[in-house]
Amino acid sequence: MIGSARYWREIPQRYRYEAAKCDACGKIHFPPRLVCSACRGTAFGKIILAPQGEVETFTIIRVPPTGFSAEAPYAVGIVRLDDGVKVTAQIVDVDLGQLQIGQRVRVEFRRVQKEGEAGLLCYGYKFVPVEA
Amino acid sequence: MRDVAVIGVGMNRWGELWEKSYRQIWTEAALEAIADAGVDRVDALYVGCMSGGLFVGQEHLGALLADQLGMGPIPGTRVESACASGGLAFRQAYLAAASGEHDIVLATGIEKMTDVDGGAATYALSTAADQEYECYHGVTFPGLYAMMARVHMHRYGTTREQLAQVAVKNHAHGLLNPLAQFRSKITVEDVLESVMVADPLRVLDCSPITDGAAAVVLAALPLKGTRRPPVKVVASAAATDTIGLHDRADLAWLRSTEVAAASAYARAGITPADLSFCEVHDCFTIAEVMVIEALGLVERGKGGEAAASGMTALGGRVPVNPSGGLKSKGHPVGATGIAQIREAVLQLRGEAEDRQVQDARWGLTQNMGGTGASSVVHIFGRV
Amino acid sequence: MSVGIVGYGSYVPRHRIKLEEIAKIWGADAPAYKRGLGLREKSVPAPDQDTITMSVEAARRAIVRARIDPARIGAIYIGSESHPYAVKPSGTVVAEALGATPDIHCADLEFACKAGSEGMFVAMALVKANEMDYALGIGADTSQGAPGDALEYSASAGAAAFVFGREHLVAVCEHTYAYMTDTPDFWRREYQFYPRHAGRFTGEPAYFKHVLSCARVLMERSGTKPSDFRWCVFHQPNGKFPQRAARELGFTKEQNDQGLLSPTLGNTYSGSSPMGLTAILDVAKPGDRVLMVSYGSGSGSDGFIWRVTERITEVQDLAVQTRAQLEGSRVYIDYGTYSKFRGKIRMGTE
Repeated sequence: MIGSARYWREIPQRYRYEAAKCDACGKIHFPPRLVCSACRGTAFGKIILAPQGEVETFTIIRVPPTGFSAEAPYAVGIVRLDDGVKVTAQIVDVDLGQLQIGQRVRVEFRRVQKEGEAGLLCYGYKFVPVEA
Repeated sequence: MRDVAVIGVGMNRWGELWEKSYRQIWTEAALEAIADAGVDRVDALYVGCMSGGLFVGQEHLGALLADQLGMGPIPGTRVESACASGGLAFRQAYLAAASGEHDIVLATGIEKMTDVDGGAATYALSTAADQEYECYHGVTFPGLYAMMARVHMHRYGTTREQLAQVAVKNHAHGLLNPLAQFRSKITVEDVLESVMVADPLRVLDCSPITDGAAAVVLAALPLKGTRRPPVKVVASAAATDTIGLHDRADLAWLRSTEVAAASAYARAGITPADLSFCEVHDCFTIAEVMVIEALGLVERGKGGEAAASGMTALGGRVPVNPSGGLKSKGHPVGATGIAQIREAVLQLRGEAEDRQVQDARWGLTQNMGGTGASSVVHIFGRV
Repeated sequence: MSVGIVGYGSYVPRHRIKLEEIAKIWGADAPAYKRGLGLREKSVPAPDQDTITMSVEAARRAIVRARIDPARIGAIYIGSESHPYAVKPSGTVVAEALGATPDIHCADLEFACKAGSEGMFVAMALVKANEMDYALGIGADTSQGAPGDALEYSASAGAAAFVFGREHLVAVCEHTYAYMTDTPDFWRREYQFYPRHAGRFTGEPAYFKHVLSCARVLMERSGTKPSDFRWCVFHQPNGKFPQRAARELGFTKEQNDQGLLSPTLGNTYSGSSPMGLTAILDVAKPGDRVLMVSYGSGSGSDGFIWRVTERITEVQDLAVQTRAQLEGSRVYIDYGTYSKFRGKIRMGTE
């Protein structure tokens, strides 16, 4: 269960990929945070994540957690975006047997979860292959 | 800081303990440790438990368990660090004794995981990862470790068979452990034919869902005569790393273990080559491979060869998980760290029966939380 | 004062199912169905796609072509018969994703397959009335066809989005006209999963009466005839109806073909003629005139006459084109996977 308040707070990140760039050292944090993990700075500017990147690693979830049964099997990966930020997300619209480390992908807006048949629909980012 | 030794150990047979409640499971192990120590009371208790709340709806565990022992009003402290809760609880108990605050301290761990269904158990375990930026996206714990495995295999050429050998070895050890959840031999083929959970990890690469508890009694040196040979805590260290796997500097390196171990070796004045055996956190086969690299037992990237070559089997150069590890002994989350320490103590006392490591002098335990966001390392030696 | 399209975009899901796959399960004569319907395959939304997700991507592409700051969009109207919530607008999620909130009007529209074109009309009318500088009209659907029913062969998924404004237009709107009556050809009651339809009644008294009447009145009032248009696009419930409508009105196959997506896309319901329009805009030349007539059961047709401007050539390549998505990399699935994707399998409760 996500709950309304928590889901709503995360909309800028889930819908618009808003990240924070440290004013002092330039490191990009996603999601934004209060303290820079590189230099412990506390001043940040808003930046939007790069829309494309490369698959660093992935797996295919065959035993899904509650709420994801209808979608299994599905691929989850860590994507290194072109701005250096690494994010965890599903990789979809791809032949699971063809997925490889190094695959170029781009971000797409998808429904990530739903709270059963009567709860919230939870949207966010996933990745799809970039056409060769 | 005073020197501290472990003077008593206790543990129940681990498994799906349908007939025993949380309180029963814990109290049995605690009483056995106290009897083994030959003391009639303790000054404080510590309990490592990942989630009493999500598994049995119970928090306030320090108070609950002091009550169960009939030892109120001693202070009771619950410690949580996901799967490293037990190890961290021991560290807190050690610091309490070493600092002079308490003389005799009970360090315990427990998890009762089978009162909820599989989906709820998986959810509870997932709280060790990044809820918003990992779990939200449908990744599971096997999935996270599978992603680490894929990097390790891609970069270092570690093979599926090498991972399977870790499970085979740990089951062979577990056969010799009367308290292990699974006392069954398995083969590499068994592992490779078991159901795929998250590519490339299969069911037999994964530690199980288990109920169980373990307990040890610590006492500050000098001791006034003990029932069993005391085993000294030579070093205690802990470290953290990013909660999200995607934020790690290196997806195939356990930095929290590396840092904690380095601190422990320095405190103990020994090197990895001095270790007689280790008990490490093999929540998944790939975890053992990566842990022994981070502990400096093998070079970075070479962890895959260790189980296959026999180096880490009983009788090998440095037996890893003589108890059977998490894979075969079981993994009641909060109890694991304490059970590792119990095994180290039995080995150093010469009481490990069929699992005995010959000439055991220095033993290391490594307990880890989540995908490596926390690690706790202890080194033990004979007094 | 001119008003019209400043930017446009579409989204086609990547999965497809061939008609043979569906026919095989129900023991139907696939070649006969394909001939009769003029369809070969259709798009299938993945389990994580819906009207909202497709609208976001189509609208992002429209904004890229419009080259405006999304914060200047004053209204968003998404027309669909498969809004993900019965109560809570699709438009708010899409507006947030685009960065168009909070100074923006919104409500969702429903009028079977013509809710998208109605959304276009309303958005454009607000801009024409000077209520705002830019407005967004979107048609999107992930429509359902009952298992074994004729509609199962055509019901598909897609989205088209248009930014309307008064400046930097890629297509000026010269005329509009709506023709609407109460005609019970196709409907879905609240809480029903699949729609119902009245068989052959959906043809002459429904689709053809409204599409042809709308087109004829529109041409009469604007003083135009088929030869004045370079392109035409009609609502596409299958491959046959829009071709017959074009022919009966006096348009040629060549005028109709570029916007005719249904043979390989299926019927994207509220996305249908809007997506056809985007396919035309992708290749149109400055000065081209386009006749567009939608159809929504219940029933009604929205007619538009667009005249493409010089600016079209600057924007066509700024985002992926409609036929490129339709004919590009796609994943074919079988009926079992289709049933799973479309929620036609009764799952255990979690």
